[in-house]
Amino acid sequence: MIAEVIILVTALGLAVLRSLPGPVFFPVRALAIVYADFFRGIPTILVILMLGTGMPALDIDWMPKSQVFWAVVSLVLVYTAYVSEVYRAGIESVHPSQDAAARSLGLSRFQSLRHVVIPQAVRRVIPPLLNDFIGLQKDTALVSVLGVVEVLRQTQINEAAAFNGTYYLVAATLFVAITIPLARLTDWLVARDRRRRQAGGVAA
Amino acid sequence: MTEPALLIEELHKSFGSLEVLRGIDLELAEHEVVCLIGASGSGKSTLLRCVNLLEPIDDGRIVLRGEEITARGVDVNRVRRGIGIVFQAFNLFPHMSVLENVTLGPRKALGLSRAEAEQRATELLRRFGLLDKRVDYPDRLSGGQQQRVAIVRALAMQPGLLLLDEVTSALDPELVAEVLEVIRELAAEGMTMLIATHEMSFARDVAKRVCFLDEGVILEEGPPEQIFGAPREPRTQQFLQRIIEAGRL
Repeated sequence: MIAEVIILVTALGLAVLRSLPGPVFFPVRALAIVYADFFRGIPTILVILMLGTGMPALDIDWMPKSQVFWAVVSLVLVYTAYVSEVYRAGIESVHPSQDAAARSLGLSRFQSLRHVVIPQAVRRVIPPLLNDFIGLQKDTALVSVLGVVEVLRQTQINEAAAFNGTYYLVAATLFVAITIPLARLTDWLVARDRRRRQAGGVAA
Repeated sequence: MTEPALLIEELHKSFGSLEVLRGIDLELAEHEVVCLIGASGSGKSTLLRCVNLLEPIDDGRIVLRGEEITARGVDVNRVRRGIGIVFQAFNLFPHMSVLENVTLGPRKALGLSRAEAEQRATELLRRFGLLDKRVDYPDRLSGGQQQRVAIVRALAMQPGLLLLDEVTSALDPELVAEVLEVIRELAAEGMTMLIATHEMSFARDVAKRVCFLDEGVILEEGPPEQIFGAPREPRTQQFLQRIIEAGRL
């Protein structure tokens, strides 16, 4: 959950960097592109294994040794790449005339992004954003490869001890129990936005 | 000789290999209303967008009240605060209420407090008969109402120059009048305006001068009586003939 908040913020930053125009920002754009290509290209499980086993093994004093910490970092890195692409699609879907209107009022490029472009972009990409978060929710199961005990690992332990397959059902139910409320929350957010824009008289 | 409100000299603008503006010279005095007429693609919209610095120009210069705004290093945000523009497609912000649309500029670009901005917006909305719409979102309004809100949004910045880019072209015929009425009122108050329009009878009414744009140059300009009554250039005559045949004059 903490990971999701971090991802939402960093991915938006990345998407904004990638949308900066002009040759001056070419290095920034290039870095953002390389980042997205890189972390979308590597299997998540590989990133988790590399960071989860590699970073603690480096034995650098100031770095956290916890495998859970590095597993979360891995998921953040990977999902930031995916989510930034979702944001980018949203930002590009806002018609340039909206930016022109904002800039014509004397708003700076950043103010136009902040108040006009991004609010519209985010509203449009809420459903695909949720898609990625459900994916993230499920990918927490990958952390088990590090030996960290999460839901799937606990289930395997129980199953092996009791020789009882229904533990897997319980685990599946747990995952669904988390993702379904998320899905309904998204629906509600989308519906509320539509209501607001079409029904007048809502105090703003 | 007083300083012109707006001075455009030898303005050139190309999109790729297409030269849209091929040397525009134009001068607007304070409180003057000038209408730009001409076929679609003649460069009217591009000219307005250049004046508002929404399009970088290739050559020439634009001077606003003595300041060359197309010079290097000019703060475009500051310049734009003093120039209002209203677009053909309204371009209201769909995720904001009418009041938020109108107060965004004054609050963020002028640094007014929310209370000051809302007071200014409320006065303008009341004046143009839109006060009861202030909490509505743009999707709920008619085209004419949306365009009036867009005009109010531009006016809330208290611009010294207003650019209108075919503001009635996207409207149903019965909604055109309410928008033109607003513009007439502004003209009567002495607002300096540069108006691209297809409404010839309106141009004849409201403009002190009319410029006929053809293929990126101002082919003919003069008082409306002359342009509409006795155009000299064959191209102007042709254009007006087509307008008359279409029943728009």
